[in-house]
Amino acid sequence: MGRYILRRLLIAIPTVAVISFVVFAILALAPTDPLSSFGADPRVPPEVRAAIRTSLGLDDPWPIRYVKWVTSLAQGNFGFSFMSHSPVIDLLKQRLPNTLAVVGVAYVIGVLLAVPIGMISAVKRYSLFDHISTTFAFVGFSVPTFFTGIILIIVFSINLRWFPFIYDSNLQIHDLASFLDQVKQSIMPITVLALFDTATIARYTRAEMLEHLPLDYVRTARSKGLKEQVVVLRHVLRNSLIPVVTLVALGVPAVFGGAIVTEQIFRVPGIGELLVRSIGDGDTPVVAAILLIFAVLVVMFNLLADVFYAVLDPRIKYS
Amino acid sequence: MAAPALSSTRAIMPTAVRASRSLWADAWWQFRRHRLAMVALGTLAFLILFTLIGPLLYQTKIDVIDFTLSLKGPSPDHPLGTDDLGRDLLARLMVGGRVSISVGLTSVLLAITLGTTIGALAGFFGRLDNPLMRLTDLFLSLPILPLLLVIIYLFRDSLRAVFGPELGIFIMIVAVIGVLTWMPVARLVRASFLSLKQKEFVEAARAVGSPDRRIIMRHILPNVMSPVLVAATIGVGGAILTESTLSFLGLGFPSDVPTWGRILFDARNYLDIAPHWAIFPGLCIFLTVLSINFIGDGLRDALDPRKTS
Repeated sequence: MGRYILRRLLIAIPTVAVISFVVFAILALAPTDPLSSFGADPRVPPEVRAAIRTSLGLDDPWPIRYVKWVTSLAQGNFGFSFMSHSPVIDLLKQRLPNTLAVVGVAYVIGVLLAVPIGMISAVKRYSLFDHISTTFAFVGFSVPTFFTGIILIIVFSINLRWFPFIYDSNLQIHDLASFLDQVKQSIMPITVLALFDTATIARYTRAEMLEHLPLDYVRTARSKGLKEQVVVLRHVLRNSLIPVVTLVALGVPAVFGGAIVTEQIFRVPGIGELLVRSIGDGDTPVVAAILLIFAVLVVMFNLLADVFYAVLDPRIKYS
Repeated sequence: MAAPALSSTRAIMPTAVRASRSLWADAWWQFRRHRLAMVALGTLAFLILFTLIGPLLYQTKIDVIDFTLSLKGPSPDHPLGTDDLGRDLLARLMVGGRVSISVGLTSVLLAITLGTTIGALAGFFGRLDNPLMRLTDLFLSLPILPLLLVIIYLFRDSLRAVFGPELGIFIMIVAVIGVLTWMPVARLVRASFLSLKQKEFVEAARAVGSPDRRIIMRHILPNVMSPVLVAATIGVGGAILTESTLSFLGLGFPSDVPTWGRILFDARNYLDIAPHWAIFPGLCIFLTVLSINFIGDGLRDALDPRKTS
């Protein structure tokens, strides 16, 4: 097992290297000049502009630029933002807690709701509960998150005036009242994300349970005289959850991607909002850093999913 | 010949009872029993007619600016109300739907073509399997939405210069969605190819001297098409969602090309005074994607040979 994990880790390294190259290539080959927003001032003489380019290393051939970029990344240096002139890493540190507070909580809620919903749906197939939860799941992954967000804002912020529609990241939690404010401002973005997560995972849990329910080992368990509850919870659920765990791990990066939209609607100053803003500003160092973080997240959670699978499923032998 | 393709699926069915039906007629018979999928098919047909024939019947122009009518709710003159420039929302939704739906169809066509080709090559030729599957894994590790945003932002202007503002963005969005979403199809096709190429009918085809090309195109591929069709259907919904997400983030079509996502994007700052402006395009996206997903579900049931009993 240890060997398998080690080998899997070794495969992950070239993947990250290739992805970092793709990110670099897209940004470097783009016809847009990174200095266009910055050096477009006509008062800056061409010699000065050329000097800036040389000092930033933009005139080096691309292999040298790539190596320089990767070596500084490896040392934890993400460079400086063109716009705010502060280190990229500081911007990320500022933004990350906001993203996690919304995305993380939503995902946990989503998983906790989805597994029981999917399970009951599968056990009571074609019951009223199953029909309702199936419809709910289809609605959940067919409705664009920005539309759910907008509907929530129209109903709860504008008509009922229950929740604020702009997320205040400066809010400090020090007593019950400020904690309630935090809950109030997080409720809508979390609902939007959790709706989507619950729908996908519940649907998947249901499908997995349905695959397992007619199998022989379930009949054996029943014929031993076990109670239905024990059969479902101890035998079927356990086996069905193995692929679900994998899906949950694989879904984490997508969840961060989904946060881009939600953060935009509710103006949550998180990573996704920073990405959209930096793209608009042509702030290449920030964009590159965020893209790379997303890519590393994907590779990391793919790895985790594989390891979970190997640990949980004794039928899978890795040599 | 596609004959072995049919008989391998048919063998499971009680041929004596419904012997005259073809595979597709059978699938349609199954599909009709899925009530939600039939309702969804009707809804989608209505939405497509709405965008195709709608503008012919409802002749209001999409770009007549009239500030006296700015942000008005539904009225007899403007059944779905107007936007901030007083333009008629119903007309814009009809035209916008054409763009949204054609982006969905075209980009999925691209993704399916790429995915099927790569999956077929990987599954059929053992030598290509490893490199092609590593490529697939690599593409699966790309963060799709962020990458889409960056590519579109960076290359938008140069494509616009070559192909013009509408076609340039259209080509770009379709290409990028297609190139970033072919991977699941490739895996699906590869897995089916791996198991099918061991089957007797392929062996028989090889024994009579069919070249590889013919075995792939005429014998194996028809057997793979039903899961691909299901994936494609659901993919169209996904692509429409992606396009509207891009437009909603302000990185899709320019504001003079109305798409459902773009109209929502323009409406998002007027939710308090003109909620209708956001609700109608949102409903269009939602209904389209929902019906496509239900149709996909119905197709999956209809084309699953295990279910035909």
